[in-house]
Amino acid sequence: MSRIGVFICHCGENIARTVDVAKVAEETAKLPGVVVSVDYKYMCSDPGQNMIKEAIKEHKLDGVVVAACSPQMHEPTFRAAVAEVGMNPYLCEMANIREHCSWVHHDREQATEKAIDLVRVMVEKVKRNHELLPIVVPVTKRALVIGGGIAGIQAALDIASGGHEVVLVERQPSIGGNMARLSETFPTLDCSQCILTPRMVEVDRDPRITLYTYAEVEEVGGFVGNFKVKIRQKAKSVIADLCTGCGDCWNKCPQKRIPSEFEAGLGYRTAIYVPFPQAVPNTPVIDRERCLKFLKDKCGVCEKVCTLNAIDYTMEDEIIEVEVGAIVVATGYDLFSVGKDQPNEKLKGYGEYNYDAYPDVINGMQFERLLSASGPTQGEIRRPSDGKEPKSVVFISCVGSRDPEKGLEYCSKICCMYIAKHAMLYKHKVPDGQPYVFYIDIRAGGKNYEEFVRRAIEEDGVLYIRGRVSRIYKDGEQLVVVGADTLSDSQVQIRADMVVLATGIVPNRDAYELAQKIGIACGSEGFYSEAHPKLRPVETTTAGIYLAGACQAPKDIPDAVAQASAAASKVQLLFSSDELEREPIIASVNEATCVHCRNCIRVCPYSAITDKEIKDKDGNLIKMVAEVNRGLCMGCGVCVAACPSKSIQLAGFNDEQVFAEITALGSG
Amino acid sequence: MSNEVKTEENPAASEKEWQPKIIAFVCNWCTYAGADLAGTSRIVYEPHVRIIKLPCSGRIDVSFIVKAFEQGADGVIVSGCHPGDCHYTSGNYHARRRFAGFRDLLEFCGFEMRRVIFSWVSAAEGKKWADLVNEAVAKIRELGPFKEYQKLLAEDIRAKEETSSDRITG
Repeated sequence: MSRIGVFICHCGENIARTVDVAKVAEETAKLPGVVVSVDYKYMCSDPGQNMIKEAIKEHKLDGVVVAACSPQMHEPTFRAAVAEVGMNPYLCEMANIREHCSWVHHDREQATEKAIDLVRVMVEKVKRNHELLPIVVPVTKRALVIGGGIAGIQAALDIASGGHEVVLVERQPSIGGNMARLSETFPTLDCSQCILTPRMVEVDRDPRITLYTYAEVEEVGGFVGNFKVKIRQKAKSVIADLCTGCGDCWNKCPQKRIPSEFEAGLGYRTAIYVPFPQAVPNTPVIDRERCLKFLKDKCGVCEKVCTLNAIDYTMEDEIIEVEVGAIVVATGYDLFSVGKDQPNEKLKGYGEYNYDAYPDVINGMQFERLLSASGPTQGEIRRPSDGKEPKSVVFISCVGSRDPEKGLEYCSKICCMYIAKHAMLYKHKVPDGQPYVFYIDIRAGGKNYEEFVRRAIEEDGVLYIRGRVSRIYKDGEQLVVVGADTLSDSQVQIRADMVVLATGIVPNRDAYELAQKIGIACGSEGFYSEAHPKLRPVETTTAGIYLAGACQAPKDIPDAVAQASAAASKVQLLFSSDELEREPIIASVNEATCVHCRNCIRVCPYSAITDKEIKDKDGNLIKMVAEVNRGLCMGCGVCVAACPSKSIQLAGFNDEQVFAEITALGSG
Repeated sequence: MSNEVKTEENPAASEKEWQPKIIAFVCNWCTYAGADLAGTSRIVYEPHVRIIKLPCSGRIDVSFIVKAFEQGADGVIVSGCHPGDCHYTSGNYHARRRFAGFRDLLEFCGFEMRRVIFSWVSAAEGKKWADLVNEAVAKIRELGPFKEYQKLLAEDIRAKEETSSDRITG
């Protein structure tokens, strides 16, 4: 007969408010095999855990059910607690009576009834649990960082400083990401390039960092400590080892009118190009979709002018395989598109804001490039339409953000600050100009942020108008911005020479595809999900994969850097031991009943099951069976459901356990 | 095993209005987490569903569904990660194919497949989980209690009795 202890948590008022915990204790105490059933205000607290430990000793328990929050939250806590008094941690299970019960139901009677059922299910399961021992696997002390923006750079440098090898993969021809495109950064107004480029050079110089630019992650297999990664190195058509980045090729390239992605379409690049002068590495790539050699088999100028013979038109994509122990995902953000590439037909051009139709209506990144000393206008503020200096500029906040009807539900967080910076920098460059800002409210939470916005208003005379803009139309050379001023309750019309839309930010356009490749989850907005919003903000639910920067949520530079360092420290923690313990939730074969039908071998997603020969002592083959590789099995249980003779079982989720759980819900 | 408790409750329960009993088989990574999210978002939904957690929807054996009906469930929910999102890369495809294959057989055996509700719920879809439960409860309420299994069982017992009595006479 089992000796099970049931421990019911009130979670303060969180559970006790809707669930009659005393009744749950009373009813579950009657279950066969339950020798003790008690409730307590906070089971996860020290006294709560001690209560469990004492009960294990006193009642000689051989199983524990903690009815409390989700096991995602505290299963490790309680398993560690029972292990302290010598119980195998896998003899402790949790019944989720908070997230799945008290928080989602109002009817006290029904919620209590459900809580009793959920405990009963776990009691029946835990009776059939076996002692399991963790699986020890080696750790490959090399990290993969995906994305070479500021977050990826910071993570790579931190991990490398800890003495570990790093593989940094960047899709663009250069690292630097969005930060490399910024003019100056709030709230200090230090030049983005000046603080970023030295870090980019450090990445290039660090012998522990292997940098793959113009490359993408193709495939990720394996598990924590032992990932196997395939990287597609796209053909640069330039031999990096020979190239010195002299620039002869791109200066001579006849394809000079290709809109530059780096310049947000305001400037041009050539077909063979580096995205910006400080690019790291400084090796150009050939854009094969624009190059005349590839399009029409003509030209070939770059090959002729290159004295180092670094141009190779025959270069092909290469697949590089690396083994890593941890992965940091830092794929960053894209701007919410209000242009032609906006997939939602209604939001193309952003309605009556007429983006794309009016060249002088631009987005935040485009204005950033106009402000930049290395931008298309060398830092002079010029209208895209006629090159004149705008004397009145209207900045509109929350374009796409905070309105699901017009784009995104969430706040993009950085726009209030960058808009204040834009208005301020504009005023510095055009002292006789007038910047206006339309805003819903000003979100300037951050160190020295509110002060920065006040400075824009009070010292630089930026005119802030609280209200939204309904329409922008052209009148002669100027744009008329029609909006509301909700503080004076009046309609306003402002004649502007240029309008800047503070477009929100969205996950990188291929974020979802990458999530599928590496096996992590995206939230409803497409940003990657962290394992816990408060307590595990840089981990994913997949062990060994961490998040850094704006791929997880809209973030400014200090937050992205902080998160990157946090992710790097998690990686170092993982690398601090030579081996790690893995959950022993894996499959095993009953060789006596296995008929070697090979169903399991065919369905296993990890190729973890192989054929095994069973021989007698003379070496004669008796029979063939399936065999599970304990290192490779991830414990999904697909094989178990596929086995016709029920000869393969998954520890922790075997048929006996699941049937007992179902029967526990039965009417008898 | 839990008969004692149940028999005590039963007289009271029969007086009460019938409430649907639904057992949900969900995967740990998407739907279970989605149901957790419904909790943290405090989305209130019908209380008649009991979750049984499995690592992956690919682990869900068709016999679990049969067992659930045998144990008096009026409806069953099967839910896992969306296609392409499986934590174990492809377990949900196995689940989908398995149920597509067994659907007709179960129906033929007397299990109304209208009472088995399949849906993909991701870890981000707390609202979808709540909606799924509410819809399932509404549907099962409409269909009423599932009594066919008990009928099948009675027929089976009668058939067995007949064959055994045949043997005696033979």
